[in-house]
Amino acid sequence: MSTDQTSREEQFAVATQWQLTWWRFRKHKLAVLSGLIVIAFYIIVLFADFFAYADPHATDSRRSHIPPQTIHFFDDGAFKPYVHGLTQKRDLRTFKLSYQIDPDRKVYLDVFAEGYRYNLFGLIPSSTHLLGLKNAQPEDGIFLLGTDLVGRDLWSRIMVATRISLTIGLAGVTVSLFLGVLLGGLSAVYGGVVDMMIQRLIEILRSMPTIPLWMGLAAALPNTWTVIQVYLAITIIISFLGWTDLARVVRGKFLALRNEDFIAAAELAGASQFRIIFHHMLPSFLSHIIAATSLALPAMIISETSLSFLGLGLRPPAISWGILLQDAQNIETLALAPWLLAAAVPVIIIILAFNFLGDGLRDAADPYG
Amino acid sequence: MLAYIARRAVLAVITMAAISVLSFIIIQAPPGDFVDAYIANLSASGSSVSAEEARGLRILYGLDQPIYVQYVKWMSRVLVGDFGESMEWHRPVAEVIGDRLWLTVALSLAALILTWGIALPLGIYSAVRQYSVMDYILTTISFIGLAVPNFLLALVIMYFAFVLFGANVGGLFSSEFDLAPWSLAKAWDLIKHLPLPAVILALAGTAQLIRIMRANLLDELRKPYVITARAKGLPEWRVIMKYPVRAALNPFASTIAYLFPYLVSGSIIISLVLSLPTVGPLLLKALIAQDMFLAGTIVLLLGVMTVIGTFISDLVLMWVDPRIRHELD
Repeated sequence: MSTDQTSREEQFAVATQWQLTWWRFRKHKLAVLSGLIVIAFYIIVLFADFFAYADPHATDSRRSHIPPQTIHFFDDGAFKPYVHGLTQKRDLRTFKLSYQIDPDRKVYLDVFAEGYRYNLFGLIPSSTHLLGLKNAQPEDGIFLLGTDLVGRDLWSRIMVATRISLTIGLAGVTVSLFLGVLLGGLSAVYGGVVDMMIQRLIEILRSMPTIPLWMGLAAALPNTWTVIQVYLAITIIISFLGWTDLARVVRGKFLALRNEDFIAAAELAGASQFRIIFHHMLPSFLSHIIAATSLALPAMIISETSLSFLGLGLRPPAISWGILLQDAQNIETLALAPWLLAAAVPVIIIILAFNFLGDGLRDAADPYG
Repeated sequence: MLAYIARRAVLAVITMAAISVLSFIIIQAPPGDFVDAYIANLSASGSSVSAEEARGLRILYGLDQPIYVQYVKWMSRVLVGDFGESMEWHRPVAEVIGDRLWLTVALSLAALILTWGIALPLGIYSAVRQYSVMDYILTTISFIGLAVPNFLLALVIMYFAFVLFGANVGGLFSSEFDLAPWSLAKAWDLIKHLPLPAVILALAGTAQLIRIMRANLLDELRKPYVITARAKGLPEWRVIMKYPVRAALNPFASTIAYLFPYLVSGSIIISLVLSLPTVGPLLLKALIAQDMFLAGTIVLLLGVMTVIGTFISDLVLMWVDPRIRHELD
């Protein structure tokens, strides 16, 4: 017992800073779980088309507003997952063709099935999907979360939307991080007038109501722009007001570290300014920056979702969570097709996950405390 | 202390100037100038504008001059209350906005008061009864409040109100008061309709403030002066309310400056979901129709309102917290 204790203490004494951080982080169970959820979401980002099973852009008016269908896992006591097929029906009053669920016909599920064609990572052509149907009629389909007004499958669209919604958050945070580290660093290193100007700039930006400004700037993007151009412009608009928190963290840590003995020692030993900043200071507050970044991400994701929800952010054919939620905007549609609100679920999960992860990282960032 | 007030006032003026430049950029941003859009708008409705008239309009609005001259001209008109003409409504912008600006302010203020009214007692409770069942429940609600964007919350509440009660919870007035002139009855009707949107708007801020209040108070409760007070036999609620709560209030109060811009921002988007007659829906429509004078004016007025609100809250904070006053002297 006592030898065990001493060996653990010895281990603690020789551990690197990153090991200590990891040990501290590991204790925060909710943060670890959130980290796993975040990883899972980014795996979906990488393989979005693989997790989708229907072409997210394919419309079919006959499939309009099909409610979610459950998968039946057992058939006659054996594990043989299936869904019910569809039959075509004509509404006798409106003469409109539509599909109805046929409870008598079973269509069995298949994994790693062939489906619509896509390019993995935008490069490798593929048509393999996680789920598919065996021996299906052309009208049959899986409808895990139902379909929208024009008959597009919601599950597949949510999967593909993850790609844009989560990368735009990362891109926005990268730009914010760059601005925050640059301006926060300048503020701390030079002090005086530069510091005063940058601090006032931050105060001014923080006292502005963000959404009306974003709306105004986003509405100014020309209609002729491509999806990529709009994507980049929205990223810049969102990070334009988002860098201030990061700049404050960087400046605060910088100023606190400057008075530490080991920095004075490095200065006395003749280390250059560059070496002091990147070799001695940066490792000490890198973990804090990572934590602040993880806490800044949810705000970015909410911003993009809000703008797209208003119809001022990304535009169709781009698919993001905000664009999916646009369909659920009015009470008439919601009363008719409440499953359209399902697009809100991933938004809430990822925001919670980033918040808990950031919390855990912030606690772990200072493992000596 | 006067120097402090003067510094805040100067900063507020600079912020307003920055907002005015941004609003001007928004007005200028669409391709072509305002007269092009105006002519296109007129010809869409059947009438036409001669080249002569177009030139007259361009000179009137100074569009033939460099951009900074245009900005100065626009600002000098704005300062005397002339915000230009709304292209879509064919009426002065000030008239189109009308009451909507005040309703936006009323909604944001109601949300602010609610945020304080809810967060203060719950934050204190959460800290005093740390790790109790209620503390866990409040913590969970706080995190949900942080994670659910308020427009989503508005959507979900609207859906359940519709499904469970068959009621449409949107709007700020009952239908009979919608177009009626202002009266006591109409004001009372507004007060009856305000709580639901105000609660939705306040939730995220409240969640954050409960966390801050709880953390601050927990720090204070561990300090020796609390033990001294208790040892002297003060009743428990007095021990808590008299010293630690007051000490914990300071950082709590300083967040108010950031809360107000946040609430004004949020009110825009939930107004759209709940179809409230604030400037939110008007701004969105103006932006989509490229009615730029209307859109730019709304952004400008919202910004100015926010800055004034923040400035007032700074003054209140100084008045409330003796430590800020002493630091300045």
